[in-house]
Amino acid sequence: MTNLKTALTSIAVAGSLAAVSSPAFARDTISIVGSSTVYPFATVVAERFGTNTDFNTPKLESTGSGGGMKLFCQGLGTQHPDITNASRRMKASEFDLCVGNGVKDITEFRIGSDGIVVASSKDAENLDITLEQLFLALGKKVPSKDDPSKLVKNPNKTWSDVDASLPNVAIRVMGPPPTSGTRDSFNELALQAGCEDLPAVADMSEGDMESVCQSIREDGVFIEAGENDNLIVQKLIDDDGMYGVFGYSFFEENSDRLQTATLNGMVPTADAIAADEYPVARSLFFYVKKAHVGVIPGIAEYTETFVSPQAMGPNGYLKDVGLIVPPRAALRELQMKAANMPNLTKEELM
Amino acid sequence: MTDQKTQAELVRRSLKVRYRKERRFRAYGILAIGIALSALIVLFADIIGKGYTGFTKTTITMDVEMDGEMMFLDDATDEQQLKMADFVEPLVQAMIKQIPGADEDDRDKVRGLLNPYASNELKNLLKANPDWLGETHTITVLAHTDVDVYVKHAGDAAYSIKLSDEQQRWVDGLLESGVVDTSFNDVFFSSGDSRDPSRAGILGAIVGSLLTMFVTLVLSFPIGVAAAIYLEEFAPQNKFTDFIEVNINNLAAVPSIIFGLLGLAVFINLFGMPRSVPVVGGLVLTLMTLPTIIISSRAAIKSVPPSIREAAEGIGASKMQVVLHHVLPLAMPGMLTGSIIGMAQALGETAPLLLIGMVAFIVDVPEGFLDSATVLPVQVFLWAGSPELAFIERASAAIMVLLAFLISMNALAVWLRKRLELRW
Repeated sequence: MTNLKTALTSIAVAGSLAAVSSPAFARDTISIVGSSTVYPFATVVAERFGTNTDFNTPKLESTGSGGGMKLFCQGLGTQHPDITNASRRMKASEFDLCVGNGVKDITEFRIGSDGIVVASSKDAENLDITLEQLFLALGKKVPSKDDPSKLVKNPNKTWSDVDASLPNVAIRVMGPPPTSGTRDSFNELALQAGCEDLPAVADMSEGDMESVCQSIREDGVFIEAGENDNLIVQKLIDDDGMYGVFGYSFFEENSDRLQTATLNGMVPTADAIAADEYPVARSLFFYVKKAHVGVIPGIAEYTETFVSPQAMGPNGYLKDVGLIVPPRAALRELQMKAANMPNLTKEELM
Repeated sequence: MTDQKTQAELVRRSLKVRYRKERRFRAYGILAIGIALSALIVLFADIIGKGYTGFTKTTITMDVEMDGEMMFLDDATDEQQLKMADFVEPLVQAMIKQIPGADEDDRDKVRGLLNPYASNELKNLLKANPDWLGETHTITVLAHTDVDVYVKHAGDAAYSIKLSDEQQRWVDGLLESGVVDTSFNDVFFSSGDSRDPSRAGILGAIVGSLLTMFVTLVLSFPIGVAAAIYLEEFAPQNKFTDFIEVNINNLAAVPSIIFGLLGLAVFINLFGMPRSVPVVGGLVLTLMTLPTIIISSRAAIKSVPPSIREAAEGIGASKMQVVLHHVLPLAMPGMLTGSIIGMAQALGETAPLLLIGMVAFIVDVPEGFLDSATVLPVQVFLWAGSPELAFIERASAAIMVLLAFLISMNALAVWLRKRLELRW
């Protein structure tokens, strides 16, 4: 009988598996995945949307931009997410993956921007620095002074070692750890941009160039501060020789105590970042799977809520949580997009 | 004779050394327990010290005049009008009346003391009592999180930076007049997650944990017990069963994240089950708990003395009857204890749930096994990672609730063992 019992139990388990694995999973809650940078903005919109409408509050998973794309592009059907957030644009390869899995109709929304600043205490000497100089100060391997085509371990100890015009202060920079999206963007937009035109890396393959350009020195000059931006701010105020790397929104909250470095001649301001003039700015996106609109209730309405003036307007609540909102004309365009849901094409991503 | 004497002498002399050795050994033991206990005390003190304020909320109680003109509302039963009406204005006006020295020009600063969702509370009140329109009623709404943090940590400059000096003076005055008050935080136990710490609660996570644990228990207990009985009582002793035994012991030591990967590959990708649901969470945790239950159940069956089996067989019971009528009832307390400890382990598990999407921002309290849900430890993880100061105390409070669950489960295991266990 125990044999029988075991057999019965296994049949019951197999049966329940079969029952739940049938494709009839009705889902009436929007499922959103993607970037941890967009997460704090999207959760606020989702909660407002859930409170102010009769729809369920969307479910949000913070998977990172790449992880979100992977899940999003896995296919159509209720077990796959409806929307993915990203702190960078979809790659052409990701678009191909989507199309290959039947996710052909996608609408892209560029919801605003986020800039990364190099900040210091108001009492410190402010930096006016090019991205190339920034790379020379922070890169793990930099071109040798004697032979610019050769890479050597970074010998620069003070900012004035990098360039005589910079202050004679020891280089000490606090920044986010490699797990952070802010670090990814900083590596890509600041360090790589300052490095890729150097003669020493010009002939390298793309992969080699990336590994040289995106490696930060590990000799104690660059201090990883965890994801706690508050800690960095506190350290900067206490220590006049310290510089910190973090998101613009965080600087804005502490602008009475901190100042920002000028990068490539641009001072970070909300306008300069929104207009993409500041070099270390990134756009934030979300992508909607059009085939799910009308199947999962509320997707169109959620999108409209996200781009409504109450959320993204000049006085919107997303501005309160630190989003650099798009200029008026761009907002109008977004609202048109939400109404028409135009398809994203591969040409746009090339 | 002399030999004996020297021997006795030897023993007497070594006695001192042996006693000293024993005393030292005992001291080491006490020291070890002392270190463990003090670590535990530091941990608890830290959690409780940070988290006890999470169990209180800060509210604002005042007379609110619900003037239809002011709210753009002349019929509170009309859904469309309710949607468009302004519920912030009456609250702001009522606040201004309570604050001496504040006037129309300060409205933005006054609004900064009210919870952003306070207007929703007023809207729901009016929806429930449409005849209140035009009347004045005393109502209680949540204060803004910045006020909440300021009130709870009065005098600590690090916690007051979000309020201006003027706002701090106002809050001090309102506290004195009793308009701003703290009370038991029922919101924390009656709502799901929120991005606003004042509105965030753990009910969603508790329900999610219960649903997940139910699935785990219903699957892992019968399978585990059946496997244990078969392996212990019926299976032949050969290389194959040895192989199975080694692997069960191995499985018990496999890092839990591996089970999460397995769950993702099998349940979600192969069977096409939805992400973030308690059914999948329960299945994954079942895989994780099974080895624990099988091992402890086998130990319980082994501890039933052979004399019982022999006696039963002696009076003609079949193998089946021996197992079902005698061994199983006697082994049950041990099996239950093992299962409860396995379940307690599963309750505190986060890593495997990460991969199957149960680490997510979910506001609605789940209502079934196929609704999106998180569990208690995941909620702690999410709050601990939030930048808002007020989430630190919410996270610590949630840890206390989780610990309460774990302690009561383990206490139940001890009680069951004490009550049901037979001594031979």
